[in-house]
Order: sequence, then structure tokens, then C-alpha cells
Amino acid sequence: MAYGSFVLMRDLNFTVRRGDIFVIMGGSGCGKSTLLRHLIGLKEPAKGEIVYGNLNFTMAGSAEREQLLRRFGILYQGGALWSSMTLAENVGLPLGEFTDLTPSQIREIASLKLAFVGLKGFEDYYPNQISGGMQKRAGLARAIALDPEVLFFDEPSAGLDPISSRLLDDLILELRDSLGATIVVVTHELASIFTIASNSVFLDADTRTMTASGDPKELLAHCTNPTVHRFLTRGAQDKELAGHGEAN
Amino acid sequence: MAFDSAVRQQGLLALERTPDSTLIIKLLGKWRLNRDLPSASIVSPELSAAPAPQRIIFDASQLSGWDSGLVSFLEGVSESCRARSIAEDRSGLPAGVRRLMALAEAVPEKQGAKSPEGRRLFFERVGNLTIDYGRAAGEVMAFVGNLSVTAAKFLLRRARFRTVDLLENIQDCGAKAVGIVTLISFLVGVILAFMGAVQLQQFGAAIYVADLVGIGMLREMGAMMTAIIMSGRTGAAFAAQLGTMKVTQETDALTTMGISPLEFLVLPRVIALVLMMPLLCLYSDFMGILGGAFVGVAMLGLSLTSYLRETISALSLTNLFIGLIKATVYGGLIAMAGCLKGFQCGSSSSAVGDAATRAVVSSIVLVVVACGVFAFITNLLGI
Repeated sequence: MAYGSFVLMRDLNFTVRRGDIFVIMGGSGCGKSTLLRHLIGLKEPAKGEIVYGNLNFTMAGSAEREQLLRRFGILYQGGALWSSMTLAENVGLPLGEFTDLTPSQIREIASLKLAFVGLKGFEDYYPNQISGGMQKRAGLARAIALDPEVLFFDEPSAGLDPISSRLLDDLILELRDSLGATIVVVTHELASIFTIASNSVFLDADTRTMTASGDPKELLAHCTNPTVHRFLTRGAQDKELAGHGEAN
Repeated sequence: MAFDSAVRQQGLLALERTPDSTLIIKLLGKWRLNRDLPSASIVSPELSAAPAPQRIIFDASQLSGWDSGLVSFLEGVSESCRARSIAEDRSGLPAGVRRLMALAEAVPEKQGAKSPEGRRLFFERVGNLTIDYGRAAGEVMAFVGNLSVTAAKFLLRRARFRTVDLLENIQDCGAKAVGIVTLISFLVGVILAFMGAVQLQQFGAAIYVADLVGIGMLREMGAMMTAIIMSGRTGAAFAAQLGTMKVTQETDALTTMGISPLEFLVLPRVIALVLMMPLLCLYSDFMGILGGAFVGVAMLGLSLTSYLRETISALSLTNLFIGLIKATVYGGLIAMAGCLKGFQCGSSSSAVGDAATRAVVSSIVLVVVACGVFAFITNLLGI
């Protein structure tokens, strides 16, 4: 993974199993979101490849890619709703483009998806008329419009209050169970990492590679890497050391 | 100046040397950011003056108020002390100041974190610029190529965009631009008429102002002025809209949904402007002639009928169509420049402003260059 000649991360190697909730974690600026952009094909890896099932995504032609992308749902950091369209139109756009539904059916399904995320009745609002948390949920409704097999979340809890963030976590778990989707989440929120993750990878900004992978709860218990441990415990040891320092 | 127990007072600061080569820095009065605070460099001559002080002590007993201005000053002093390996004793400072200084020093400066852009060799800069230009040229090629494919898709009725978007864009760069086009075109007609009148009146041929204004507007000025108005109005708007959509990841959301932003966002804009430009140009021609007639009637004493009759006899359909074709081409160029600059936009709000500026500059340049090419071709064809 590189920006020009600046190598952001090297030697990344991990597998996401079907039905997993896979968390990409790491400190700020270590390249979590960039890794996600690679996974969804917005950036090309400088080296190496990304494989979905038995399709090599990096090598695939544009038609195959488009087919695959249609089975993805993506929630961007700020929601990335199309600002010139109402919520119902936002959610309905992929339905209109990729299915043969009639406009009234599309409208029904769009309001159903909005109801899933608790936005029933907001169909005709424009994105700038609703709050940031609601935009995020509407973005999620759009991401699940086509009942995707793989869902990507970029910092789902960023900018949300603890309760909304918790509700979003519940929603993610619910979606995994009900849609049977595989979910990839980029986050650094410890609370949600421990609530939702069944597998994870830790990116280290200093060594520029992944330093740990596995279930975060087990990582917390067994991982010996000090950076990972500090991350997962919110630097609790540092606090203790600092506390002693102050006392002396 | 004697070094023994010498006190030098400089506004908020008093420096005192004790015989055991200690420098006492006395802080006086209020150290607030909104006051004129001394810089740390005023202590440096004292620190390097021989005999060099072994340590410095701070005395804040007469300090009556402080904020981060003081901390910044002390950090500067402490840095020069470290550089000269002079010990410092901070116990005389208020506890809050000491804590803030400790906070500032807690994480050492990261090596290589400072921007690598230092002084570069001339050749390196030239080389980098050349590479950048090469890349930009490649991007333009790719954009034009992709847009051609998209246009072909549109003609085969396979392009995906919303009709509402097209209509909205048509309204935006058609109907909503009429006001400004009216004003500018009328004035351009007036200016052309004045310009011609000064010369033509010398020969008593004031009536030919009508020919000048009519042919000038139809062939060149109508299309050109409309194009310049539309670059500033619509080209910049396209760049800003698409740039913002890029910043908020809306274009990413389209791409990953398998919808080409080129089809969905660029195509309706290009079509709208290409359709509207000739109409606006036609209107601008009319307004320009009206402006000329205004001058002719009001200033040159011509009758409206004779002015209009002269205009009609001077104009030909060829002139009109040359102007309309130009306007159509200009419209395409402006829309493409605006959209391309929007897509090349970086990911910050200032980048959106840059993109809009670049869109205007490059579309005006393109329009003028195209105008030159048209002049050459029409001359070659003898029309």
C-alpha cells in the first residue's frame, strides 16, 4: 500500500471468512481507511493482490469488478449521501439502476430499508436537513439496499454519541445475523471492537505492517506485542507508569 | 556594563547576574498574548556573553498574570539553554507554567516529521514539474477518452443518469444565466458601436456601425462573451460541485456502486451546457444588436428603421451559424474543463476553491485558443 513513493503499509496478509465481523484496527493515520479503499477497489495495491472467493479482484476486468462491487455495500465515513437527492432517492438509486422494479416498488423498498435503520418517515428529507448520525444511518440504509453479501464500514462510530454508536453496533450484529453478510469494519473504538468483532487485524503505524490478527478478546488476553496490548487496554500500563512517576 | 549583580530591565523582563555565574530571569507584570511580548532571542546575548552563565533561575515573584505567551517564551529560552548546555532551575515558576512546559516537552520532536520540502536543486524542480505536467496531460487524455466512450453510450441510449439532473442542469446553465447574458451582451453591443462610431463618423459613414456591430456580435463576440460568462458562472460551479462531492466521498459511493461518475455526473452537465450555449449565444447576438441600435439611435442620430435595415442587409446565415457552432464547441470545452478540474480536486475545502479557480482559468484559455483555431479555419475556407 503506497501513496506515490511513500509506502504506508507492507506485508499485509489476512483472510476474512464468510460470516465474520472483521475489524481493521490501529491508531490514527496508520492506513486503516486506505486499506479499506484498496479492498473496495478505489485504490490499486502497489504490490500484491486481493482475492474474493475465487475471483482475483486486483486482476479482474472492469465487468467482473462491477459484478462483484454490486454484491458489496459500503458505509463511508461521513455517510456520503448524494446531496441533491432525498433519502428515499439515495436508497432507491441502486435499486433503480440494478433491478427491474417499478418506481413505486423501489419507493416501498427504500422506505423499508430506512425503517431498518430507524429513519421511517424521513424519506423525503434531503441529507443536509438531518443530523450527522442520521446521515450515517441513511448511508447504511443505502449500503444495504441491494442486500449485499459483504458490508464495509469506514469508522461507523466516528462522530456519534455513545448511545447512537452502541445502537449502530447492535445494528451491525443484527445485519450479520439477518442478512448473513460478511462485515468488514474499520474502527478504533475499543467498545465496538470488543462488542462486534469476531476477527481482526491490527495495523501498526510505526513498523508499517500488521502486527497482530485474530479475535480481539483473545488478542487482549494473549497477545504479547506491546503496541497491540497498549491499544487494546487504552494504554492502561502507561497510565500506571505515569501515575507512579507523578507520585515520586 | 558590570556583570556582578547587574540588573538589566527590558519591559516585562529583568535579567540579573549574580557573582556565582547564575543568570536570574525576573518576570514582571502581565504576560498575556494580547500584549506585546518579548521574544526569547533577547535573552540569548546574555546567555552567550562571557563569562557564560552556569545556570539560570526564574523568578516569578512579580509576575501578575500569564498565559501560553509566557510558556512559549520560556520554551524558547529553555531551548537556547539546552543548546548551550546551561542548567535551568524552574522551581521559581508558577506550577501551572511548569506543568505546561513539561507537557510540551513530553513527546520529543519526531525525526523527519518536518516537511521534507526544503531547498531543492533547480534541475530537480524542473524535472518534477515536467513529470507533473506529463501526468496532467495523461489525465486529460484519459478523461477525454472516457468521456467519448460515455458520449457514445449516451447516443446508444445506454448511459445511466437521472433525467431530473439533466433538467436541473439545463435550467441552471440556461434560464438562470439569461440575466447576466442580457446585461453583458447589451453593453458589448454598446461598446462595439462606440468604437466603430468614432472612426466611421470621420468618413460620414455612421450607418456602417450597424454592419460592424451585427457581424461582430454574430461571428465573434456573441459566442465569446457568452463563453466567458459561462466559464465564470457554470464552469466554476461544475468544478466546485464535483470537487465537493469528491471531498465528501459521494463520487466514491457512486463508483463502488458500479455507477460511473462520468455518466452520472459529467454527462448531464456537458449535455446541458452544449445544448444551452447556442441558445444563449443567439440571445446574446440579439441583445448586442439592440445595444448597437441604442447607440445608433441615441448618439449618432440614425433612425431605428434604417439601422435595422442596414443590420439585416449586412448579416448572412453563414455568420450566424459560425457563431452558433463556436458557441456549441465552447460549451463543450467549458463543461469538460469544469468537470475535469472538479475530479482532480484534492480532499480539502481549500482544494475545492483551487479547483474552481483552475476551471475558470483553463476554460477561458481553451475558449480563446479555440477561437483562434476557428479564425484560422474560417479564413482557410474563405467564409
